[in-house]
Amino acid sequence: MKWAPALFGLLALALWQAAVWIEHVPVYVLPGPLAIVGAFAADPVGLLTALASTLLVTFAALFVAAVLGGAMAVAMSASRLAQAAIQPWAVALQVTPLPAIAPLIIIWVGDPFVALVVCATIVAFFPLFANTASGLASAPPELDDLFRLYGARRWQTMALLRLPAALPYFLSGLRISGGLALVGAVVAELVAGSGGFASGLAYRILEASFRLEMPRMFAALVLLAIAGIVLNFGLGAVGRMILRRRGVA
Amino acid sequence: MLTVNTVGRVFPGGIEALRDTSLRMDETDFIALLGPSGCGKSTLLRLIAGLDQPDSGRLDWDGGAPVPGDIGFVFQDATLLPWSTAEDNVFLPLRLRGMTRAEAMPLVHAALHRVGLAGFETARPRALSGGMRMRVSIARALVTKPRLLLMDEPFAALDEFTRHKLQADLLEVWKQAGCTVVFVTHSIYEAAFLARRIVLMTPRPGKIAAEIASSLQPVAETRLDPAYAALVTEISRAMAAALA
Repeated sequence: MKWAPALFGLLALALWQAAVWIEHVPVYVLPGPLAIVGAFAADPVGLLTALASTLLVTFAALFVAAVLGGAMAVAMSASRLAQAAIQPWAVALQVTPLPAIAPLIIIWVGDPFVALVVCATIVAFFPLFANTASGLASAPPELDDLFRLYGARRWQTMALLRLPAALPYFLSGLRISGGLALVGAVVAELVAGSGGFASGLAYRILEASFRLEMPRMFAALVLLAIAGIVLNFGLGAVGRMILRRRGVA
Repeated sequence: MLTVNTVGRVFPGGIEALRDTSLRMDETDFIALLGPSGCGKSTLLRLIAGLDQPDSGRLDWDGGAPVPGDIGFVFQDATLLPWSTAEDNVFLPLRLRGMTRAEAMPLVHAALHRVGLAGFETARPRALSGGMRMRVSIARALVTKPRLLLMDEPFAALDEFTRHKLQADLLEVWKQAGCTVVFVTHSIYEAAFLARRIVLMTPRPGKIAAEIASSLQPVAETRLDPAYAALVTEISRAMAAALA
């Protein structure tokens, strides 16, 4: 059972390779898995450096989104005025497609790294914000009553009830936003890359596609996919560990 | 201790939860508010706790309005903080009034001991049974040494064996703590076993229909006493008459 996904993957790869061999598919249309591995082996340092650059943007954006999303959710939970002021803008930010605003951001923000982080943050922000906001409101009303009965101050209710209740929601938001930050970083890199900013895995993909180096393009794609999977499972594992330590999972 | 004086409460939407309700509570009373759902018994309890305000009438406290800690409240669910240990859950009311952990711990451990949970101080709610969680909840209500303990169907979700045990233990706690208990229930058996005064309430609009005094001994063996069965019969008749 445990090996089922790996076996299935290997089987699919074998069929893919066989199909490419048997049908003599040209490598610039569809490279086989062996050609892709070969492309990676030809320039591991270049591809991995590009991946590191993309991941740096991803983690920076995830961090900023976590701080901003968490802080704005707390502000909203603490004040109705803040809620009225913030909520529509947060939704507007979420529904605006990144490719549409990325060129503007890249022009406005001088530093390319900062511009990429801003773009990825916009994509990663909403799940963290929305999840934390619903987590802050998730405590049962009886516990609210209990805190009122004992004359709790607002900051006490926030620190001892709302924030701890929001933690599991925040952590699952972090997991969703991790993948989104990676997607946001890649999209922003594509936009920036076509403007000549040469860094990150997306730029390698763009570059390889211009040169019809399909195996290298696929190798970069596979690296991105692996990074996304590791990020997702990693953030999930970290979240579970934290909740287990707190005795709530 | 407290006189509830012709109190009325109408919820937004026009549902009249309570009308002209008056009730006198004295030190060391054990009062059961008994009635079907919708009779306003939980509303009355929330008004007494100060969690809700009456639309008419008033509450007259002997010796001034209560301060936090004067009233303990036990909900139908244990409503514990799931991320906190039993000890920290009981510490909460003291923590909210600014007491340090070191100051509070002797009181916290005494309260847990009183409800039979010595040895479970560091257990989290997930690791405790439903009955034990309710005991933590009762310890939390007792830790401030309240003058008035309000309980809103606290044992309704427990199995019958656990419920009987907790009911008997509650009588012991009440006798030791010497506080007034107001206990909301829809079980005639529970009201008859626990309370010194059984207040019958009827719905639409919620109001007090009758009161029956109990002369049973507040001990576990009472359940086997023929007088207990007689009291259950008396309450059942009165309730049927009130609802007719």
